Amino acid sequence: MPTKRVNVDPVRYFTNARLVIVAGKGGVGKTTVAATLANAAARCGLSALVIDLEGSSGLPRAFGLDRIGYDECVLRDADPQAGHGEIRARRITPDDALVEYLDEHGLKRISKRLAATGALDVVATATPGIKDILVLGKVKQLERAAAADVIVLDAPAAGHAITFLQSARGLLDAVQVGPINSQAKDVLALLTDPSRCRVMLVTLGEETPVNELIETAYALEDRIGVHLTPVVVNAELGDIDGLDVDPSKAAKAAGVKLRRGERQAFVEAADFRRRRRSLQIAQAERLADALPLPQIHLPFCFDAEIGPTQLDRLADAMIGGIGAIDAAAVGLADLDQVAVHGAGAS
Amino acid sequence: MTLDALVAERRIIICAGSGGVGKTTTAAVLAMEAARKGRRAVVVTIDPAKRLADALGLGGIGNEPERIEGDWPGEMSAVMLDTKGTFDTLVETYSESPEQAARILDNRFYRNISGALSGTQEYMAMEKLYALHHDTSFDLVVVDTPPTRHALDFLDAPRRLTHFLDHRLYRVLMSPARGMMKAVHVAAQSFVRSVSKVVGAEVLDDALAFFGAFSGMEEGFKERARVVLELLDDPATAFVLVAAPRRDTVTEAHFFADRLADAGLGVAALVVNRIHPLFTDDPVAQLESRADDLAGTPLGPHARNLAEFTAIARRERTHLEGLAKTAEEVALVPFLDTDVHDIAGLEHIGSFLFASDDTPTERRSRKRG
Repeated sequence: MPTKRVNVDPVRYFTNARLVIVAGKGGVGKTTVAATLANAAARCGLSALVIDLEGSSGLPRAFGLDRIGYDECVLRDADPQAGHGEIRARRITPDDALVEYLDEHGLKRISKRLAATGALDVVATATPGIKDILVLGKVKQLERAAAADVIVLDAPAAGHAITFLQSARGLLDAVQVGPINSQAKDVLALLTDPSRCRVMLVTLGEETPVNELIETAYALEDRIGVHLTPVVVNAELGDIDGLDVDPSKAAKAAGVKLRRGERQAFVEAADFRRRRRSLQIAQAERLADALPLPQIHLPFCFDAEIGPTQLDRLADAMIGGIGAIDAAAVGLADLDQVAVHGAGAS
Repeated sequence: MTLDALVAERRIIICAGSGGVGKTTTAAVLAMEAARKGRRAVVVTIDPAKRLADALGLGGIGNEPERIEGDWPGEMSAVMLDTKGTFDTLVETYSESPEQAARILDNRFYRNISGALSGTQEYMAMEKLYALHHDTSFDLVVVDTPPTRHALDFLDAPRRLTHFLDHRLYRVLMSPARGMMKAVHVAAQSFVRSVSKVVGAEVLDDALAFFGAFSGMEEGFKERARVVLELLDDPATAFVLVAAPRRDTVTEAHFFADRLADAGLGVAALVVNRIHPLFTDDPVAQLESRADDLAGTPLGPHARNLAEFTAIARRERTHLEGLAKTAEEVALVPFLDTDVHDIAGLEHIGSFLFASDDTPTERRSRKRG
């Protein structure tokens, strides 16, 4: 039934589920998108917490910092005047999560010994997925404690992301009783509840990452039962008006004399951009055909580094992208329903 | 040594680098070039992109090499690494009896770890390499290494796995059978109780049953790991580092080159995929001021576009400068219009890696400048 087009309200979008897991193939800019998402939420007045699992250096650099540690740190202060929320970050490593877990379960004494003898590794290895479940358990704790309005988890690269998120289901089979079992149950409850957790998949407008995103999307939905947000197509070249004009003609019109070799360089560079751009468009279309999820497009940054300036630009592009999503296309009912559930639960 | 010489002379080529940089494709191109030079080459791939796998005839899940038909004097085969299958084969090889093998293969703990244990994939890739190296039907084995988070894992994997299989903890737990000290055993028991409180007793029981069944085979595994590692040191083995010109992957590639150097191994060649082409030799600053001057005129868009892409292309080359010094040979493969999913695509990439009449000039200029 055709209805009036309603666009998604970014704030509602960001508060739809507190935990957003950002996942994608290596090299697609997953960490940048995680930082962008946090920044975009903060620019909508929400507080954001980014959780880093791999000690990525890109995350602190995007905020102009050197590094982040296991303890929570502030990536960017709140700016009440601009109406921006605070952005914080912390790392979670399996080893730290395991020690913390043992401490909390009255095994403080042996956790030290376990670590010292290297037996910790063996215990963790002896129970496949235990490290992942401990990390996710910690994430769940933060989500339950409402550590921020939006919690962004920078997940392991695509293939690993499935294993990582699947750990809960896998462990439920392997460990039928005890604290790990209840931990796995809790984590699975979090992952499968769209009012608490969603996964944001990231790709480039290129063939292989798009293929992988499609496979990952179905694997995540079918095998784990997580709900997906619109997908992010990262690093899109923008159109530049006027590139179709032959440089010689443009020079004449501009009253400028072309330098030696300049015309050919202009033509080749314009050609290159056109070709890459049309490939990106074609791949985004292919993605749309294969996966019925709206897309958020983020621009390619020509700058040397993703720093605070670039991050603001990306965040604004993301907010714009979310705002442009036709709510009906995501299934307005879905978003509404989720919002209702979310309100009911809190 | 040029890549041409490497594929013509070496017996083993190991492609290393972080995930998503085109390792699998590069490995396939190297094997194909060897076949074109009349050699019998096999490429071991790990989790290739689906279309490439189809192109290589790896549709089925076989652990045995499949011949790829092509118009070349030699032979090219490909095999997709089946970690669990390879592990199963090893267990069958080293068990003292079919009963011991069956006990291990049926163990739930084994079924869990054989695919998932950290380092298993790397170990099994090395194992596959060893087996194929000793298979007289191949002159060259090209290995595409697993996409480890840190390239380091690859070199450490055999040691880590054998360390795990031979862990002191389990030897202690097995102690009654081996007559170890009683006090140690008591301590171990209390440890086991604590651990089972956390992970559940049945998991631990499965694990203990596994280690019990595995008992006696650790030495075989360790010895095999040692021999396999020796292969890496062999003069007939070459490491080819594959990278993308992004800063993060270059950092990881550096890390790997250092790690190889520590182990007394060298990087024979560096292959950089998906590099932005350079359209001009003019310095970026000059192009940018030109773009600023022309902004607002009909030529403005062209000047801006050229300045932007040149800045990226130059920056990528700067990122790579240090890395290029670690390798004897550097090959740059530009952005292509399509991803590689057939033999023609591999041949096209090959045209950037190997000398031919139309060898791209940039490959050479990198060595000069």
